Amino acid sequence: MIQNAWLIPVFPLIAFVVLLLFGRVLREKAAYVGITALALSFIFAVAVLFERIGGETYTFVVDWITFGESTVTMGYEVTPLNAMMLIVVTLVSLVVHIFSRDYMHEDDRIHVFYSYLGLFSFSMLGLVLAPNILQLFIFWELVGLCSFLLVGFWYYKPEAASAAKKAFLTTRVGDVGLLIGIVLLFNATGSFEYADAFAAVEAGLISDTMVTVIALCIFLGAVGKSAQFPLHVWLPDAMEGPTPVSALIHAATMVAAGVYLVGVMYPFFLASDTALTIVAYVGAITAIFAATIALVNHDIKRILAYSTISQLGFMMLALGTAGYVAGLFHLMTHAFFKALLFLGAGSVIYGVHHRQDIREMGGLWRRMKVTSVTFLIGALAIAGIFPLAGFWSKEEIFASVLANGDPFLFAIALITAFMTAFYMFRLFFKAFTGEFRGDHEPHENNGFMTLPLIVLGILAVVAGFVNAPFTGHALEGFLTEGIAVGEQAHGGFGLAVVSLLIAIGGIFLAWVIYGKRSISEDFLPGKFRAAHRLLMNKYFMDELYTVVFVRPCVGIGKALYAIDRFIVDGIVNLLAVVTRSVGSGLGKRQTGQFQTYGVVTIIGGIAVVALAFMLRGYFG
Amino acid sequence: MMPVTLFLALGAILFCIGLYGVLTRRHIVVVLVCIELMLNSVNINLVAFSSVGPVANVTGQVFSLFVITIAAAEVAVGLAILIALYRNRASIDVIKHDLLRSS
Repeated sequence: MIQNAWLIPVFPLIAFVVLLLFGRVLREKAAYVGITALALSFIFAVAVLFERIGGETYTFVVDWITFGESTVTMGYEVTPLNAMMLIVVTLVSLVVHIFSRDYMHEDDRIHVFYSYLGLFSFSMLGLVLAPNILQLFIFWELVGLCSFLLVGFWYYKPEAASAAKKAFLTTRVGDVGLLIGIVLLFNATGSFEYADAFAAVEAGLISDTMVTVIALCIFLGAVGKSAQFPLHVWLPDAMEGPTPVSALIHAATMVAAGVYLVGVMYPFFLASDTALTIVAYVGAITAIFAATIALVNHDIKRILAYSTISQLGFMMLALGTAGYVAGLFHLMTHAFFKALLFLGAGSVIYGVHHRQDIREMGGLWRRMKVTSVTFLIGALAIAGIFPLAGFWSKEEIFASVLANGDPFLFAIALITAFMTAFYMFRLFFKAFTGEFRGDHEPHENNGFMTLPLIVLGILAVVAGFVNAPFTGHALEGFLTEGIAVGEQAHGGFGLAVVSLLIAIGGIFLAWVIYGKRSISEDFLPGKFRAAHRLLMNKYFMDELYTVVFVRPCVGIGKALYAIDRFIVDGIVNLLAVVTRSVGSGLGKRQTGQFQTYGVVTIIGGIAVVALAFMLRGYFG
Repeated sequence: MMPVTLFLALGAILFCIGLYGVLTRRHIVVVLVCIELMLNSVNINLVAFSSVGPVANVTGQVFSLFVITIAAAEVAVGLAILIALYRNRASIDVIKHDLLRSS
């Protein structure tokens, strides 16, 4: 079975091709094509995982290009890390495919939507299976393209169109860094293979400075894709896309590709303390930065988007403090509970007739039972309540930061965890409790939308057990097999209690303000007016980028346009005008009067004779 | 014996009158007549050189006979074209015949 792992990305590709050819005919039935393909992929992924657990890493490559001493290969590889990723991607993609059937059924272009989803699933799975960094880069760009297409799916809305452009251009900054990193890596080792790169680092063939530079360039790619500070600005805007897309691409899979990239190249990062420290600090800053914005936002999807950025920051923080397993473990648990939260948000948005502002919701608990319960599970999981998935992975991250990071990073991690619990339950209490404040009575959705929520809800509860102490940290044993990532830190009972207390503290504060309303909602914003304004405006990052990057670029563009318009075009037009006016001027002389022609001919003849005479000297 | 110059002057004057007529008259038959005038000025030159030129011989007179013949044929063809033109365009005014004009 493991030899057939290449089929896993091929099924969605087939779905994509089928929908491309017959989408117009299939219309709403397109959903079943996508669901079937992903179901097959998921079954294969499960089979591959089980075979990998008992077996060896499987690699299959063929030579692609040979030049000089170097050979570039193409193929696929099943390591513990990508066996886990295959499960995460196929499962989340499958439930999103199921969920979208009803969420998108009012859309005329539902078949296009499913074909894009198929292409995305293919690209993401291809990215995961890639055995070398060049192949990874190809799929890396493909997922970026799919993200662009899906964010801009409702391209007739100006916000969606500009959000798609913003997402594409911002991640492009990171991708250029990644490309430079790949080129430098090839320059240093003469190979794109992961194993060759790690061997070269271990043998000390690359200078320390070079290792740091390459690692940071690759990390820049991850910063762009995983929406880390300062390239995070595209992710909140990407929420203009359909909600299932936000769940699949902008919560569970594509944005986690950056974390996955750092995980895949981890031995390389381990070789450079500077790079690791930068990874940790970027992660920590991102985590607290995004969490603070999420505290005050009113858009249900944007809160979740900032939460995603914050949690991705957590993963980077873990990876930066040698917590290889902690980071990837959190990647997995986060994929499940964040996909759950996003799909729950999608269900809510669908139920309240496409409203996203939590101030217009409220009281959904009684009206949307399944959605509410599963959303609560997701919120508890992300807050880190025992024994849900988020508790185990977050506690691992704390342990890793405590063991290998400095106290400053640890403090940031704790504060962020507190904020996470607070903003998630602020969202929960505002949207699901109290009185309904909208104008259309909300309703629960049918099975196609609630089944994915239930599946993910169960996973959000149990996914953490795979790396819990009572299962002997099974995931850790699996992931660290055959890869030198150093000792993994574990927290004790004390740390677990601390993290639990922090989560409960956050939830309690949210309950006091938004549930019980003992403190007015406006009390804290009123007290810290300047801070509130700063957060409401997202630290003015968009405005800053507008002034620093966008305006100069637009200015240069306008100047170049003016040069093209007035100077280049001017020269061309001048030539045309001269030619044409000479032509029309001469054309006017063509009167058709043979007598006029005769006069001109005679005068010309006389002039020629006269000239000849003068030059020959006959006149004197 | 009269000097050849006088004959040449007469020929030149006749040629210029003919040329002027060709270039200025609007009546198409008159233009044709003026062309005859120009041909005859050439005949005067030929005949003058043949009788009082430096190498007087009969060749010039023979040539002038050729010119008269050709001129007769030319007038016949020319008048035929004129009639066809008049039938098509109903005008004998040369100004109105401007098909060579650029559109």
